[in-house]
Amino acid sequence: MASDTAGALRPKRPPPWHDPAVRGVVFQILFVAAVVAAGGFLVHNTLANLERQNIATGFGFLGREAAFGIGESLILYSPADSYARAFLVGLTNTLYVAALGIVLATILGTVMGLARLSSNWLIAKLAQIYVETFRNIPLALQLFFWWGLLRWSAPAPRQAWQPLADVFVSNRGIVFPVPREDPAHPWMLLALVIGIVGAWAIARWARLRQARTGRPFPSGWAGLALVFGLPLAVFLAAGAPLRLDVPALHGFNFTGGTAVSPEFAALLFGLVIYTGSFIAEIVRAGILAVSWGQSEAALALGLTAWQRMRLVVLPQALRVIVPPMTSQYLSLTKNSSLAVIIGFPDLVSVANTTINQTGQAVEGIAMIMAVYLAISLVISALMNLYNRAVALVER
Amino acid sequence: MPNIMTTGIAHELPVPAEAPPPRTHGPIGWLRANLFNSLFNTVLTLVALYFLAMTIPPVIRWALIDAVWTAPSGQACRGAMGQEGGACWAFIGEKLRFILFGRFPYAEQWRPLVVVVIFVALILLSCDRRLWGRRLPVLWLLGLAAVGVLMWGGVFGLSTVDTMLWSGLPLTLIFSVVGIVFAFPFGILLALGRRSRLPAVRAISVGYIELVRGVPLITVLFMASVMLPLFLPSGFTIDKLLRAQIAFILFAAAYLAEVIRGGLQAIPTGQIEAADALGLGYWQRTRLIVLPQALAMVIPPLVNTFIGTFKDTSLVIIIGLFDLLGTVNAALADANWQGFYVEAYVVAAAIYWSFCFFMSRYSQILEREFNKSRRR
Repeated sequence: MASDTAGALRPKRPPPWHDPAVRGVVFQILFVAAVVAAGGFLVHNTLANLERQNIATGFGFLGREAAFGIGESLILYSPADSYARAFLVGLTNTLYVAALGIVLATILGTVMGLARLSSNWLIAKLAQIYVETFRNIPLALQLFFWWGLLRWSAPAPRQAWQPLADVFVSNRGIVFPVPREDPAHPWMLLALVIGIVGAWAIARWARLRQARTGRPFPSGWAGLALVFGLPLAVFLAAGAPLRLDVPALHGFNFTGGTAVSPEFAALLFGLVIYTGSFIAEIVRAGILAVSWGQSEAALALGLTAWQRMRLVVLPQALRVIVPPMTSQYLSLTKNSSLAVIIGFPDLVSVANTTINQTGQAVEGIAMIMAVYLAISLVISALMNLYNRAVALVER
Repeated sequence: MPNIMTTGIAHELPVPAEAPPPRTHGPIGWLRANLFNSLFNTVLTLVALYFLAMTIPPVIRWALIDAVWTAPSGQACRGAMGQEGGACWAFIGEKLRFILFGRFPYAEQWRPLVVVVIFVALILLSCDRRLWGRRLPVLWLLGLAAVGVLMWGGVFGLSTVDTMLWSGLPLTLIFSVVGIVFAFPFGILLALGRRSRLPAVRAISVGYIELVRGVPLITVLFMASVMLPLFLPSGFTIDKLLRAQIAFILFAAAYLAEVIRGGLQAIPTGQIEAADALGLGYWQRTRLIVLPQALAMVIPPLVNTFIGTFKDTSLVIIIGLFDLLGTVNAALADANWQGFYVEAYVVAAAIYWSFCFFMSRYSQILEREFNKSRRR
């Protein structure tokens, strides 16, 4: 009798078509089947279409001779090289411009973000005008503008603009002097590495000593002195061997120095100025997100302005800044693909030429997508590591 | 007048208020407080003033004083502007209509003009929060229908215009508005899918969102223009304009999904539990409880996504379509008017800028309004 009552009280299993678990499984099976069917339909059509157009599938074309020239390349390349090598050239160009762009955009954006918070009215207004102007104009238009300025507005090498001594801007690009190689340079590099390690060691020792005894040590100045002083000492000890390779006009073009093509300069300029305007807003928002009470507390403790920034405001602001900064880095990298519109040979541009020559559209696009996905994942992973380092450690 | 010496009562003495010291008050005080309040700021101010003095006069001379306002051709323009060189606004006067409406049949260009007016009116009306609710979507549907009729023609005695002739500002607006309108429901479904309890649905949604967000828009556009025809059974062709539009919809949907997910995550679990307690099913709960709150919360970032899409439409130039940037480039290719791209790009930038600046200002205002309750 008792067991009967218990059985009646226990909720009855609903019929399968009302059971959420069963319905969930059935719905998922149907959903996956629909997605697979749609995908299969597309793949089937694609294969049929490719067969009709006599286009072979597969990545065999990568080994064939590319037979097109690439204007600028960080690695050795000639038209006789394979498509795979051409892709590699495009990839290195993309990575190069993206890495340089990320560093420069971070510097520009941080400076502008801080300038917008400046107590100097004029500086704050100028920074605001910069941000509001460049954020609201499409990057493609900005690239065309800079490229046009460098390619068509700039004079011929003979009448090149000279913004600084020995820096020439002409329609062939920007030429600037570089130091000639000298046996002392590797030693200066070594001194720099030793300086950085030493600065790190001093900072660590100073932190531990302050924690133990409470006595501070000016580790920042000592570190700076090591990082810059050691290479400088080596430089002076070697007799200050600075010989610049200065560009000079010979005939119709420059010889000497290092040249940057108008395409590369326009792309880098455009990416940095555009992304910098977004980063400026992120930095400003991050610093404003730290409540004023924190600063007041730091002042009450007697910290100096620099200490307040470094020990109180910045660690908290970074928590707000890092995630959106990551997405800006990602978008800068992806935006570097706009190189194709001004003819800088980045990955997309090379792949585009390849697709036009071979008709291997599916493979070409798949390769670009795979590369950008990989770059995105690496940047996300690195920034997540950094984010974990600055994130709030909760008890 | 009673004197302190005779009455001995101090408070009767009328003391005239002294003017505040000029160093803390008025224009000089303002200058001291805002521009010269420390040595560092003084240096910064002087550097900034020097920068302005170096840049502004040449720009004004180029844009206004040395500029040529009317000229029959590029040659004449160059001849009229003198040695230093100024802006050739005559080029813009000659080409503005082409830049705005492109290759749309010349006699019919009032139609794209009306289309632009409709879009601007719709955007302005959307800013009026009294219209938010049922009325706004109806207005947008009516507006889009009118846009379709005006652009295609073929009814009401309007001549039919091939989509390949659609160009300029109307095309930019169509791509961005239609892209967002169609991406929106797709984005909602993706966001719900990403938050779903069913692992298969979640995996497919996450895969789609991360794949699309991980690649540049250019590759999606390439894919739509090169691979979409391959995807379809033989015999089917698909309009080039529609291909680009599909790319924008697919691309924007992934970004919208992430914005909407932010709103979904911000909804307290209590709301969902209350809906469950009321006996609402999944779709009822989502439609009546979850989405209204989630979407309201993310309106400012939604506006920002729209601004992003509006700027991104300029990339259709890569697949050979003539949006606003495309018509500018086409105008620059005219052999009679070569080399005036600074003028052309400045005008195009001003058009893009006014749309984006207006919308971003509006989203900032909305954000401030929405945050009022949280700030107090």
